[in-house]
Amino acid sequence: MNTDVLNFQPKTLWQTLKVADWLYALLLVAGAIFAFNKYSQHMDIYEVSFLFGAAAVFSYLGWRWKGLAKLVIGVGVISLFSIYLYQGEQARATQAFLLKFLISSQSAVMWMNVLFILAMFTYWFALIKRSDFVGSVASALTWSAVLFGFVGLMVRWYESYLIAPDVGHIPISNLYEVFILFCLITALLYLHYEKQFNTKQLGGFVLIIINAAVGFILWYKFDRQADAIQPLVPALQSYWMKIHVPANFVGYGAFSLAAMVASAYLLAKKGILTSRLPSLEVLDDVMYKSIAVGFAFFTIATILGAMWAAEAWGGYWSWDPKETWALIVWLNYAAWLHLRMVKGLRGPVLAWWALVGLIVTTFAFLGVNMFLSGLHSYGEL
Amino acid sequence: MRFAVSMLTVLGVASIIGTVLKQNEPYENYIIKFGQFWFEFFEKLGLFDVYHAIWFLVILLFLVISTSLCIYRNSPLMVREWKTFKEQAAEKSLRAFSHRASFSSKAGAGIPINVVDNKSKLTQYLAGQGYRYKIKTQENGDELIAAKTGTHQRLGYIVTHAAMVIIFFGGLLDGNLPLKVQELLGQKKIEVLDIPESQVPLVSRLQTSNPSFRANMTLPEGVSDNIAFVRVRDGYLVQELPFRIALKDFRIEHYATGQPKSFESDIVITDVDLKQPLTKTISVNHPLIYKGIAIYQSDFQDGGSTVNFKAWDLAGKSTKTIDIDGQIFQKGTLGTGESQLSVEFNEFRKFNILNLSPDGKGKPRNVGPNVTYKLRDTSGQAREYVTYMQPMQLGGKSYFISGMRETVQDEFKYLRIPVDDNFEINGFMGFRAVMLDKARYPQIAQNLSKNTLTQDANLKSQFEASIVQLLNTFAQGGYTNVAKVIEKAVPEAEREKAAQTYIKLLNSVALEAYNISLAADNKPPLAQNLQSQELIQDSLNGLSDTFFYGTPHYLQLVDFKHVEASGLQLTKSPGQKWVYLGSVLLVLGIFAMFYIRERRIWLLVKTNEVLFAMSSNRKNLDLDKEFERTKDQLGQLLA
Ligand code: HEM
Repeated sequence: MNTDVLNFQPKTLWQTLKVADWLYALLLVAGAIFAFNKYSQHMDIYEVSFLFGAAAVFSYLGWRWKGLAKLVIGVGVISLFSIYLYQGEQARATQAFLLKFLISSQSAVMWMNVLFILAMFTYWFALIKRSDFVGSVASALTWSAVLFGFVGLMVRWYESYLIAPDVGHIPISNLYEVFILFCLITALLYLHYEKQFNTKQLGGFVLIIINAAVGFILWYKFDRQADAIQPLVPALQSYWMKIHVPANFVGYGAFSLAAMVASAYLLAKKGILTSRLPSLEVLDDVMYKSIAVGFAFFTIATILGAMWAAEAWGGYWSWDPKETWALIVWLNYAAWLHLRMVKGLRGPVLAWWALVGLIVTTFAFLGVNMFLSGLHSYGEL
Repeated sequence: MRFAVSMLTVLGVASIIGTVLKQNEPYENYIIKFGQFWFEFFEKLGLFDVYHAIWFLVILLFLVISTSLCIYRNSPLMVREWKTFKEQAAEKSLRAFSHRASFSSKAGAGIPINVVDNKSKLTQYLAGQGYRYKIKTQENGDELIAAKTGTHQRLGYIVTHAAMVIIFFGGLLDGNLPLKVQELLGQKKIEVLDIPESQVPLVSRLQTSNPSFRANMTLPEGVSDNIAFVRVRDGYLVQELPFRIALKDFRIEHYATGQPKSFESDIVITDVDLKQPLTKTISVNHPLIYKGIAIYQSDFQDGGSTVNFKAWDLAGKSTKTIDIDGQIFQKGTLGTGESQLSVEFNEFRKFNILNLSPDGKGKPRNVGPNVTYKLRDTSGQAREYVTYMQPMQLGGKSYFISGMRETVQDEFKYLRIPVDDNFEINGFMGFRAVMLDKARYPQIAQNLSKNTLTQDANLKSQFEASIVQLLNTFAQGGYTNVAKVIEKAVPEAEREKAAQTYIKLLNSVALEAYNISLAADNKPPLAQNLQSQELIQDSLNGLSDTFFYGTPHYLQLVDFKHVEASGLQLTKSPGQKWVYLGSVLLVLGIFAMFYIRERRIWLLVKTNEVLFAMSSNRKNLDLDKEFERTKDQLGQLLA
């Protein structure tokens, strides 16, 4: 009996694709073409390329990760339905029943908040009870939170054009909007690792940071009415925003994720919850992988930022506080990677460092806007 | 290596300083903030421009040098690792691997394994798994298959770190190091005096040959120029440009809510190398690049608008006015001799989007142009005034609004002058003139006493006398003055009542005065209705407030010619392409390092055994998983 070596040949991505995958990709491309025909007058050449680029990227990601494909379709369908319910009138957000209570941009975001909070408690319950089933419920809740969050953003995007065509813009332009983005990206990154390493036990930890952001969103909405859609200052009217900001938040999200995993690592090391948490090796590996993702994307984001600055402020680097803090964050994780890679350092020291990294990152992300002035606070233009 | 990490950390910490201490402020601000001693101390440390301080550049330099050394030291090794199959590996060392396994011949029954057969099977397998391999026959006839994949990761190291060096090199080209050197050598000197550009000496001028700069120029509409200013610490240098830029037009567009929507400049570039002038519109995020110099829309200000006023004399009993013309950023004079005032026209704004709805919830509206100016007396004391050109709607009624404040800190106190029935200020001014004209008082008094009921002559004359007195009192300080008089004359208990009768009386007096002023330029008297009562009430309030306006000169803005100036930034950065090149390499290198995984497999095929060893330069879970998979696949193959 001679097993053929060919049995062992790893399939290429193309070989793994089934009809459903092709239909999915087709759907995305069709959607992109539809959007192009309908809205191309609002887009410049770069934005058009982003549109089709997005179709390609999400096809690929969906192929690699079926869960994401489902999410993309879900977001698409619900958003379109919501938009249909608007019938071109912003007022209907508070009149039409389904919009008012479910899928107007505001309510969808509210549902996201609620679901994230529920998900956190469920994850912890699963951890204490060692129940895999409850764990699955928790990830289901997280998935639906992400679904509602993205619907909220999509519909908000549409709503901004209802206010006035010249006000319309992608909803990643102010703190309120990017906090939503932060929750969504962090959650997605976590769900990805959860699937890869089957680590539902970490959900409780990661959702702490996400719910901290949720708390901010709620405070910002109810205390500051920051959820109102504001027109863009001239400096922000650029296609760069559409790639710079998301890239940045993949970075922020991954770093936060790493920090929460680090906290789990430190507890496990101290013998707390050890029996319930994944092995230290796994924790260490997840921590490294997400910092790697974060570093890669943060590098891209910073570079895109520099290119944007070169176009908007007349210099690719102005040592403006936000820029500088981006550099500080970046250097911090470069140092982290070196300790690990080059000195082969492992364990608590790196975990603590990752936690400190979260503080630095938070300041770069939030502190700078609140305490330091500079070009990013859009003083004049 | 430890050095690398500490360099990265030190640079990070050093960068913080410049973000907490606001950089490149005017030096006075720092002096006020820290006091002379600390100011000088910080100045020495270069804390006001950290990122161009020598010590900071030195840190950067260290980082780059250590990175370069690092590349120099590690590259040979990396290249070797990249090339080699490590086919020299000895059986002994393979047996020492942490990830190893051995597949022995069937129950060691001595039936020799077909080496050749296995070899081809295994190499096929490795090829199928994406490995490249090399076969080395050992002295004892065993065959060693040394295989590797993902070794390009090693190049990632070189690319990443080289990228950092390239980026820094580019940054250096655009930095101000050359200028710093020239300053130290005394070849260049920053100008600190505010003098006309033409008088700036050569040592403070940068020629067009200057390879890299970041300069600013402010162009009023219709003006052209071929120099820009480079701000350095508390002074500046003049940068000469190889062409001339003219500003044809500057535009601001607003959203419905009043926030600015776009800033655009129509500029014309004239250059000997151009057949005809180059006309272009630049806006935020859409610069123009010409001759390697990028021209950006940076900010804007007034370009010396002309403003025309009617100057009324609030103190006088006449309604004569003088025309006064001014220009923003220029000075003018008012009055003569002792009481002469200099007028400093500071700002003109064509649009003012205000929210006048009482609860602040209504829509903000554009209330039209306003002008801000200072009146400075001979002793140097100044008050600041702001005047709106068009009447403003407040609570359904329209007023001419003008504000005054003693110092920049406090809020403006506003004078509200009601419009007359054809929305002019003249009605009020006529009324005012009569109210301040003693000669008119008897007439007013008589008119009023006519329609009192009593016939008693000396009651009447008493009544008229009291009116004249009231008028005099009011003319010397408005309500407050009247109040003073009441306090003196009337006992505590009756003041309230007295005040009310006075107010009533004042209103009828004012109505009379208003009608007299109307009659003077033969207009019909005011109709007897609520509207007129309110007009009188407002006019009295207005007049009473003029006593606190701080000057008898009321400047009514009647016309203007708006001239805007666009703030342009000009940069020449030869290093930019290097920085971008480095950036691209950096990203490629980082992804290579993170996501290309180097793995090596050795298969030593013996007659009675196949020895399998596996390694990777990144020892982690992925390797363990892959080792297990490979192991049992090999097991099946060799079974
Ligand atoms: C200038 C800032 C620097 C940056 C941004 C940087 C970036 C990086 C990155 C992203 C990695 C990959 C880490 C990983 O794969 O997990 C790395 C690895 C490494 N870096 Fe740096 N580095 C810098 C400076 C230095 C310096 C100064 C040295 C030498 C003293 C150095 C030596 C190394 C070495 C030996 C590795 C491991 C390469 C390997 O084993 O594959 N780096 N660096």
